[in-house]
Parts: sequence; C-alpha cells; structure tokens
Amino acid sequence: MSLLKVMNLKVSYGGIEALKGVSFEVEKGQTVAVIGANGAGKSTTLRAISGLVPIKSGTITYDGNVISGQQPQQIVSEGLCMVPEGRRVFPNLTVLENLRIGAYLRKDDITADIEHVYQLFPRLKERSWQLAGTLSGGEQQMLAVGRALMMRPKLLMMDEPSLGLAPLIIKNIFEIIETLHEEGITILLVEQNANAALRIADYAFVLETGMLGTQGTGRDLLNDPAVKAAYLGKGAGK
Amino acid sequence: MFNTVFPYLLSGISVGGQYALIAIGYTMVYGILRLINFAHGDVFMVAGIIMVYMAASGVPLLVCIPLVLLLTSLIGFAIERIAYKPLRTAPRMSVMISAIGVSYTLQNLVLYITGGLNQIYPTIPFISGSVTIGPATTKVVTVVTPILTIVLVFALVQLINHTKVGMAMRAVSKDFETSQLMGININRVISTTFVIGSFLAGVGSMLYFTNYTTVIQTSGAMPGLKAFVAAVFGGIGSIPGAVVGAFIIGIAENIIKGLDIILFKAGLIAKPMGLATFSDAFTFALLIVILAVKPTGLFGEKTIDKV
Repeated sequence: MSLLKVMNLKVSYGGIEALKGVSFEVEKGQTVAVIGANGAGKSTTLRAISGLVPIKSGTITYDGNVISGQQPQQIVSEGLCMVPEGRRVFPNLTVLENLRIGAYLRKDDITADIEHVYQLFPRLKERSWQLAGTLSGGEQQMLAVGRALMMRPKLLMMDEPSLGLAPLIIKNIFEIIETLHEEGITILLVEQNANAALRIADYAFVLETGMLGTQGTGRDLLNDPAVKAAYLGKGAGK
Repeated sequence: MFNTVFPYLLSGISVGGQYALIAIGYTMVYGILRLINFAHGDVFMVAGIIMVYMAASGVPLLVCIPLVLLLTSLIGFAIERIAYKPLRTAPRMSVMISAIGVSYTLQNLVLYITGGLNQIYPTIPFISGSVTIGPATTKVVTVVTPILTIVLVFALVQLINHTKVGMAMRAVSKDFETSQLMGININRVISTTFVIGSFLAGVGSMLYFTNYTTVIQTSGAMPGLKAFVAAVFGGIGSIPGAVVGAFIIGIAENIIKGLDIILFKAGLIAKPMGLATFSDAFTFALLIVILAVKPTGLFGEKTIDKV
C-alpha cells in the first residue's frame, strides 16, 4: 500500500502555476527521489505536502487519510516530517533544544530518541550545549535531520539536504539517509544532486517546470540517456 | 549631596521598574512579530480604568487585583486576535497602522465612559502607606516596585529559557515556518506573548497609578512612550535590555527633575533654572545619542559568530 498518494496537485503563486497537476505515490519503506532543475517545483511539492503552501486543487492522501488542507502542525503530528531546504535550524537555540523542539508534539519520554540521534551524529553530542547558529553547514544539516527524527516520522521528506555542503559531508549525509531507509523510514528526497540521489533511490521522478517527466527505479534513471544528459552531466552514472 | 540626590534616585528606580513592566510587553511582541504594538500603553491605561470602576462598584480590592490582571490579559489576547492576527501575512506597516487604530479606539472608548474626567485611582492599602528610608520619605510602592519587577522579570526569564512554551517562543521569534514544521501552533505562542505582556502592563499600572493617583484616557501615552524608548534603548527584542533600559531612563528622568535642587544645594547654581521642564526631552535626547553610537541598543540582537 502506498503511504503517500499525491493526485493531480496544482499550486500557484500569484497567478503563476508552480505545479501543473502532479501525481505520484510513495510506497511504504521506499526511498523516493524527485530530481529536477531550479524552479521545476521540487520544493513546492514538498511544501504543499507539509501544508506550508495552500494548494489550488488536487488531493494528498497520507496513510489512508486526506491531509490536503490541514494545518502544518496537524500533518506533523501524523508522522509526516520535513527537513526544510537550507536546514533552518533555530540559531538561537542550543543543539539539544533544537532536538527537543523536534519532539514538541510528543508527550512521552524522548531520552532514547536523543541518544539515537547522537549515535547517528556523534558530532552533535559533542556540541549539544552550543547554539545551533554557531555550527558549520554540515553540522547544521545533521541537526536538521536529527531534529526531524525526534518526531519518529513514518515519512521523512528532505529538501535538498546536500545543498552547499562539501563532497565529503554530502557522502556522509547520503549514508545517513541509507541508514534511515534500513531502519524502515519511508523517505521522499528532493535533490539537485541527481547522481547521489538516484544511487540510493528505490524509485525516482524527474520534475520539469511543474510537471512530472521520466520516472522509474533509481538505476533506470541513472542509465537513461536523456536524464544523463540533462541532470547527471558527462561521465556520471558509471 | 547624597541626602539631596537619594530621594530622586529612589523614585527613579521605582519609575524605572514601572517602565520596565510596560517595556517587556513592547519588546516581547516586537521579538516575535517584529511589530511595535502602539496600543500597549493604552492597555496599561485601560488596566487603570478597570481598577477604578471595579473598586468603585464595591468589589473588595483584594478581589479587584487578580480580576484586573485577568481582564487586562484578556484584552491583550483579544486585541491580537481581532486587530493583528487577520493581518498576519500583510505588510508590517499595515499591522502597525492597525495598532495605532487600536490605540485610539481604546482611548476614545475610555473618553466615552469617563467623560474625559480624571478618575481617582483607589488606594491599595499595603503599598500606599509611607515609609522612611535614610533621608527619603516615600510611599511603600516606591520600594515594592523594583523588588516586584526583579522577581517578575526573573520568573519570566526562567519561563522563556527553561520551559517548553518558552522554547517555542524563542523558536517562533526566529522562524515561523520551521516552527510550524515542528508542530508548534504559532498563533497560540503569539497569543501567549500578548497575554504575558498585558499581564505585566497590568501589574505596572497598579504600581504606577498608586504613585500618580489619577487615570485619564491619555494616561497611557507618556509612560507607554517612555517604556517604548526604554525597550529601544536596551535593544528591542531583548528582555534584559528592556529592563536595564527602563531603569536607566527612570533614574535619569528623575535626577533631571531634581537637578535644580541638587545643583542649588551643591552651590553650583545661584538660583533654580527650571531644568525639570526638560526631563521628558532628555529621555528622547538620550535615545538619539545611544542609537547614534549603538544602533541596535544596549543589548541589541547579537549576530552569532561561527566557530
């Protein structure tokens, strides 16, 4: 059964249609990647699903319930969490507080979850009392992922987690995504770094100016000549 | 010299505490909404008017006090919901104009009810008595104010730094959207901020009007303006800044009020020069100087350095 089902999603910003009817499904336990150029509507898709931007038409079904039209806080409470573009950690809160606020809606004990995040990202443990604004870009991205995990998401959406990071850190972040996948978390990943994203994706879509283009398994897309030419660059996908 | 200055210093500290309680409301609302809530001084005045009418209608003072604080908090809540929340996505200037509108609405409403006559503030027994400290004889409220202010500010800082609500407030003040992604109901957090600010303005009004004894529809204007100056002076958005700024302005203003007598007694001037007239102007001159030197105020938002 699919965990997330997006049907004919349309979103417009002041008359400009950013999404012109996008439909796709995310199966439970899969890692699904959405790739595409700047302005294709990748972020808009995630923001619409998480309730941050109002949708014009279409329906979003999550875990059997229609969630389109709900408030973001309600959507989060159902276990659909997002790691926003540009990390957006709270710079004036400590690392530990950032993790705690990730579990804002939870009433039970979160000690084990904090430990789990520290296991995934030992750097965060070392810096737990530091203000998040003082962390490096890579550490902030780790924190943003850790913060989203605090809600124990069933579906984790990640918006460009590799943006602006050094290659070594990017490798690290993608390893973590694979670990989360192995832990059974369903992942919807939006990336411009198509090469890395397709390598870990079970399934992938190409988004082109508000419409879905090619789709298939990560491996299929890696080997697709058109995708190669447009998004992977020369010599990629080997 | 000390004997001459001390009474002014004491009342300066007291007035400073009252300004601080109002200034916190300005600074907290600014911190979270980036809005100068022009109606805040009027909420403070309305708290005074409610107290006058409630006490006059025969409600015992000990019941009046919590009831006034409750009503003042509710008014703050209602103002935000009615006048600011619908404008959440509007440009900041629109919200500010809405705030000015609320300010005049409250003033006109009170003018309508009171007929523009000075209302005598009820005497709250345990803070209206006299007390003598060293060379100064003053009302008990003068001594109670700074202590109560410090206690309330301490409690507030604990709330903001060590509770879940406080953490949410700090998060919302930085990033509405990401706060929503954490499951925070930002409207509830904003309402909480207004309730706290109005509550403290209510406490401030009890202390202030016990000292000045009359309330009229414009009574909120000057203290509100001074508290706003204090908040900017201290670095708007910062609670410690607002408190320190308020004490500095309160003290400076009162020293100026007594400057003639202080200088005269010290033999520095031959006859009084009427300097007290300039006490309000001085407050604003001070603001200009501080902002010229330190545009973000004493404790203005610090930029975080990466390590």
